[in-house]
Amino acid sequence: MSTPLLSIKGLTKVYPGVVANSDVTFDIGEGEVHALLGENGAGKSTLVKAIYGLIRPNEGTMEWRGQPYAPSAPAQARATGVAMVFQHFSLFDAMDVAENVALGMDNPPPIRELAAQIRKVSNDYGLPLDPDRLVGDLSAGERQRVEIIRCLLQNPQLLIMDEPTSVLTPQEVEILFKTLRQLRAEGRSILYISHKLEEIRALCENATVLRLGKVVGRADPRQESARSLAEMMVGQTLHTPSRETPDFGKPLLEVSDLSVASPSAFGTALKGINLTVRAGEILGIGGVAGNGQDELLGALSGEIRAPSGMVRMAGEPVGQYGPTARRAMGLLCAPEERLGHAAAPDMSLTENALLTGAWRERLVNKGFVNWGKAKGFAETIIKRFDVRTPGPHVAARALSGGNLQKFVIGREILQRPSVLVVNQPTWGVDASAAAAIRQALLDLAQGGAAVVVISQDLDEILEISDNFAALNGGRLSAPRPVQGLTMDQIGLMLGGAEGDTDVAA
Amino acid sequence: MLRLEKRPSPSKAWNFATPIVAVLLTMIAGGILFAILGKNPFEAIKLIFWDPLFSEQFAAYSRPQLLVKAGPLILIAVGLSIGFRAGIWNIGAEGQYIIGALCAAAVALGFYPGEGWYIFPLMIVAGAAGGWAWAMIPAILKTRFNTNEILVSLLLVYVAEKLLAAAATGFMRNPQGAGFPGSRNIHQYAPASNQELIVGTGLHWGVVAAFVAVIFAYILLQRHILGFHVQLAGQAPRAARFAGVAPTRLVLMCMGLSGAFAGMAGMFEVSGPARLISIDFNAGYGFTAIIVAFLGRLHPVGIVLAGLLLALTYIGGELAQFMLNLPAAAIQVFQGMLLFFLLALDVLSNYRILLALPGRNPEAA
Repeated sequence: MSTPLLSIKGLTKVYPGVVANSDVTFDIGEGEVHALLGENGAGKSTLVKAIYGLIRPNEGTMEWRGQPYAPSAPAQARATGVAMVFQHFSLFDAMDVAENVALGMDNPPPIRELAAQIRKVSNDYGLPLDPDRLVGDLSAGERQRVEIIRCLLQNPQLLIMDEPTSVLTPQEVEILFKTLRQLRAEGRSILYISHKLEEIRALCENATVLRLGKVVGRADPRQESARSLAEMMVGQTLHTPSRETPDFGKPLLEVSDLSVASPSAFGTALKGINLTVRAGEILGIGGVAGNGQDELLGALSGEIRAPSGMVRMAGEPVGQYGPTARRAMGLLCAPEERLGHAAAPDMSLTENALLTGAWRERLVNKGFVNWGKAKGFAETIIKRFDVRTPGPHVAARALSGGNLQKFVIGREILQRPSVLVVNQPTWGVDASAAAAIRQALLDLAQGGAAVVVISQDLDEILEISDNFAALNGGRLSAPRPVQGLTMDQIGLMLGGAEGDTDVAA
Repeated sequence: MLRLEKRPSPSKAWNFATPIVAVLLTMIAGGILFAILGKNPFEAIKLIFWDPLFSEQFAAYSRPQLLVKAGPLILIAVGLSIGFRAGIWNIGAEGQYIIGALCAAAVALGFYPGEGWYIFPLMIVAGAAGGWAWAMIPAILKTRFNTNEILVSLLLVYVAEKLLAAAATGFMRNPQGAGFPGSRNIHQYAPASNQELIVGTGLHWGVVAAFVAVIFAYILLQRHILGFHVQLAGQAPRAARFAGVAPTRLVLMCMGLSGAFAGMAGMFEVSGPARLISIDFNAGYGFTAIIVAFLGRLHPVGIVLAGLLLALTYIGGELAQFMLNLPAAAIQVFQGMLLFFLLALDVLSNYRILLALPGRNPEAA
């Protein structure tokens, strides 16, 4: 066997209180597309940061073509031939493409020369990009191209890509894959980080699976099924929901063939969404961010109007109603973005309690606000949901993310909804608060409400939902009972392939 | 180097202090400006801020003028402040003020020389309706075609000025005026006249209307859900939509209200202090009211105080022109500086200024 391009031997990185990587060993060959698989927190990011020279490992060595390799800074890694495309772009909106590329280079050539180089690379690799355009006007996919081209201009031997497709449309993914295959054909290696199993099966010839910082499996993804990869990734045991399948009541929320355009230019339109949630049921909706989660919440809350029959509350059409009318009927929502959407940052908690509680809590009489009552409602939320704050007079933006989340969820739950829709209910919330929020959602369903939980945290969905559906590119898969659901099926549903097999079956 | 650090909560103290600091800074900068113009800065500042109220020589004339000037400023500013709080920028109050005056004058001239108690109330309605309608043009263009209300409302001021000129020299010209531009003297036509209510105070119906508007705005903003929604829309538009606020309705309401108030101000002016429709009828109240609204922190009570202060600079400015030969533009610069300092200082209610000494880079720690 020839010398691998990069070989990692026994790499260990310990942070205070947590072992991020433990004795990680694997090789990346020349011209190989190597997948690094693992759940959130499995240690993938730490590992690639070590390769890119952003952190120093505590133990272990790396070899580059047989020579010791221990980069102390990204510049050194780049000089060796390692380039990295980050999951979160580091671009300046107000500058054009060429200027942004120049900012990321160690010795940028004059801008005009650079623009010519960018045109050439973008032509050679089929990544259309105009160097004169402002980055602020680009789509997520085009922004990623800026990062990729910035890397390619350094003529790297190893390209590291961290979750490159999470922000891309299917068409953009196709273009990206074509480029990556071309790079491989040129003999370059790619380290590809993802948890999308189908992509990895389509692209990579080797995979290293990490779990809790350790290598738990190696495989040729082309020979494996999505199921076996998923099982390697999450371990054998799937969490079984702690409560028994209750008897569901009558349907409280029905969405039929809901198609609406996104209000934002880069949003995802909803296409033919169907779902039914019955009294006592929790429906979990999974999917990668940007696949229509915000739009679905908006269409259910009433911020996005739809033809009346597309959304029904207890049989009554409500699609044409705005948020106030839907709230009056008992359909409440808690959006993902806490500051600026669920709550007004500069307003006090009392005012924020009034924001959605005005009518159901009777904080308003003939249009006049009863501030005493609003303050009382805010105090109740603070007490019942253990919101840590000096009092209801505090501005929402002064609260920590977790505390504000408890306030927002509490505000809706205390209004006794008959249907509650939450997006990312425990995002950025510490473990104990997250458990409290999940328990509150379970209790709400136990009490006969229909609950929709939109979340990117699969564990959370599997823990509390009765049924699971996946949102992908604005389409929702047919919901399935969580009990008995395999990782294989979940992976397929998240990949958007599930709908077709269902129709065929 | 100076560094700005965002405060966890907006500072209440600075919120109150900024208008006062802004006025002081304006006095200092204005004093420097006057000194450069070769005038004694202390005398000029005293002439503007002190003499109109307290000098024996001028006070008898100037003091009533305070309410005469403050009335329209406050009435217009209160209307504007509601829209400004919602993030709806009606910059064209001057135009709505002119149109309101023209509509009210049309009613008065239409009834001339008839009698009837209903003529004056009808003029108020006409003035409000005229201002409202003029403000509806940018409002509807915004809600239908997403045009920028700042530009449209501002440009409509110049259209209104042309209409005013046409009225004064043409269709509203006094048939007994020997061909001079200007309408009949509405102030002297009793059923349409906006009289001084208490002699020697300057108090006329427009001042009364301004105070009613202040109370109305106070209750709306502090006690009514609509006022809450206005503020919500201004601070967090997405949260406002989530709360059920319809942006279109809000634009129509805020533009309409500010237009109606400006139109009413125009009505009281043309039937009172201005006496008639003339080419130079508008005195910039609609623009100065923007300063009044911000100087008053968009708060109804603050607007009363700011309106009185700006009225003072008008009167004092005239005095300074007359006594010191200061150019009229100097007073406008003075008013503009006030808004400039105020907006600049506003940063302090949301940010703290930190002095980062070179060599002690906080990032490096």
